[in-house]
Amino acid sequence: MQNLPPDIWVPVRLTIELAAISTFSLLLVATPLAWWLARSHAWFKEAIAAVVSLTMVLPPTVLGFYLLIALGPDGPGGVIASLWGARTLAFTFGGLVIGSIISSMPFVVQPIRNAFAALGDRPLEAAATLRASPARAFWTVALPLASPGLLSGAVLGFAHTVGEFGVILMIGGNIPGHTRVMSTAIFDYVETMQWREANVLAGGMVVFAFAVILSMSLIEKRFARARA
Amino acid sequence: MTAEHMIRAEFKGTIGKFSLDAAFTTPAKGVTALFGPSGCGKTTVLRCVAGLQRVTDGVCEIDGEVWQGRDGTFLPTYRRPLGYVFQEASLFQHLSVRRNLMFGAPRGNGGGAPARITFDEVVELLGVTALLERSPKNLSGGERQRVAIGRALLSQPKLLLMDEPLSALDRVTKSEILPFLERLRDRLSLPIFYITHDLAEIERLADHMVLLVKGHVVAAGPLTELQSDPSLPLARARDAAVSLEGVIESYDERYGLLTLGFNGGRFIVPASRATIGEHRRISVVADDVSLAREPPGLSSILNVLPARIVSANPVDNGEFIVVIALGADGKGNHILSRLTRKSWDLLALAEGASVHAQVKAVALGPGRGDPSEARGL
Repeated sequence: MQNLPPDIWVPVRLTIELAAISTFSLLLVATPLAWWLARSHAWFKEAIAAVVSLTMVLPPTVLGFYLLIALGPDGPGGVIASLWGARTLAFTFGGLVIGSIISSMPFVVQPIRNAFAALGDRPLEAAATLRASPARAFWTVALPLASPGLLSGAVLGFAHTVGEFGVILMIGGNIPGHTRVMSTAIFDYVETMQWREANVLAGGMVVFAFAVILSMSLIEKRFARARA
Repeated sequence: MTAEHMIRAEFKGTIGKFSLDAAFTTPAKGVTALFGPSGCGKTTVLRCVAGLQRVTDGVCEIDGEVWQGRDGTFLPTYRRPLGYVFQEASLFQHLSVRRNLMFGAPRGNGGGAPARITFDEVVELLGVTALLERSPKNLSGGERQRVAIGRALLSQPKLLLMDEPLSALDRVTKSEILPFLERLRDRLSLPIFYITHDLAEIERLADHMVLLVKGHVVAAGPLTELQSDPSLPLARARDAAVSLEGVIESYDERYGLLTLGFNGGRFIVPASRATIGEHRRISVVADDVSLAREPPGLSSILNVLPARIVSANPVDNGEFIVVIALGADGKGNHILSRLTRKSWDLLALAEGASVHAQVKAVALGPGRGDPSEARGL
């Protein structure tokens, strides 16, 4: 580990920050959305679900391109940025957070939606017959019972944000110390033939990915046992 | 329009492919059984009462309180003071038994009325003391159902709704829980709607009955009236019986026989124990009742009661279902007797005729007609 440039850890820190903030925001947005998708009978429900899942199949460049426009000075992002005197959200850490939330959304919504759907009506009906308002039933019954799904969603959302490359490159510009995260840093190290540095980061990602997949299957197992 | 001490339920509408048009009133006390073949809409009616299902044209009034009205009033389920026991216990898997029980209990004691049903009372009544800290996952089916009943009771309901609470249980577990339900009925002055397709449960528990067929109410009223109404399928069924509730007048320990007084006579009933003055319920099965014109001489049949024939109704294979009113004046309780046409002709019986109804005491004993003991076990 000697002779590694000291700034190699900056993208690692940025990546963890980005993933943590994105995951937290994702849970706040995805949980009510998943609840609605699991419970609503609206005819346009599946259309909304398809829009959410779109980012799973679109090339990151397409998503990144539209995000760049949306975050830029002429898009809504520019309007928001003007609130604190900036010109644009593109090429900022804030922009990366927004991009990550959108591109990781389906990975968080899907497991939470499945967990809510698996509950069925019965626990909520039982709660209602015990004087629990819909809000209380949600907090004290639905959410705890769906917690394995929320955990899966959080882990997947975190992992997907860590692994995002194309979208970040399109909207983040790979600015060291601001928007250069691990995935783009590896790209840079390879471009400049710094194999050893690239290897450290890439190897770390492999270990991380393994840990994620292992923990996912352990959660699944716990979930299966809890249902039994 | 609202009636005190009554429950009024009227529901009309289509739910999926099922069309419901059911209306009945029943006293706001005691057990009202909802009975009928599967698919007759029993559960739908119960869900409408609970507000879990909504038909636009509906009325639901409980003891003067309007839960649903034709003026558009519709209280959401969580605002209705009811308890609901589902067919499967539906306990919250993530909470301990204790926290399940307390889930619906009114929180805080900010000057509210004191709980009518206390935690200790429920735990004792349902025998779940040893289970309190366990997880519902580790309970047997019968234990789960008992906790579910306790949970519903502790929400201090004004009406308890039970949707076949015993049907998911095996016979042995059923016979464990039935006494709990009887105690519940006798100790708490709480109206109960009870769905079942098991006549034995009705004979033991119900005071009133609503008979449903294909989403319509065919008959509603006191249990004994419906049981002894020959125009209804109950009286014509092979296992037709009438439940009678009497007061224990005496107990003969030597023979293990008690005397039960009814309107119109006394029955001698085998029993292992009895307290004078207590109420006890027996089922008199139509097949066990024979008729005689003259009081019989020495006979092994202990119960011989003067009675009058109210009506005779031909049923299948040349048999008669005879409705008889107990008492020489024919003003007492009605019971049923199933006779062959040959007996009817031989005795030259006729409506209004005086007869002697004979019932073997053993036919009323535990395991047979006496519904306070497990039947057929």
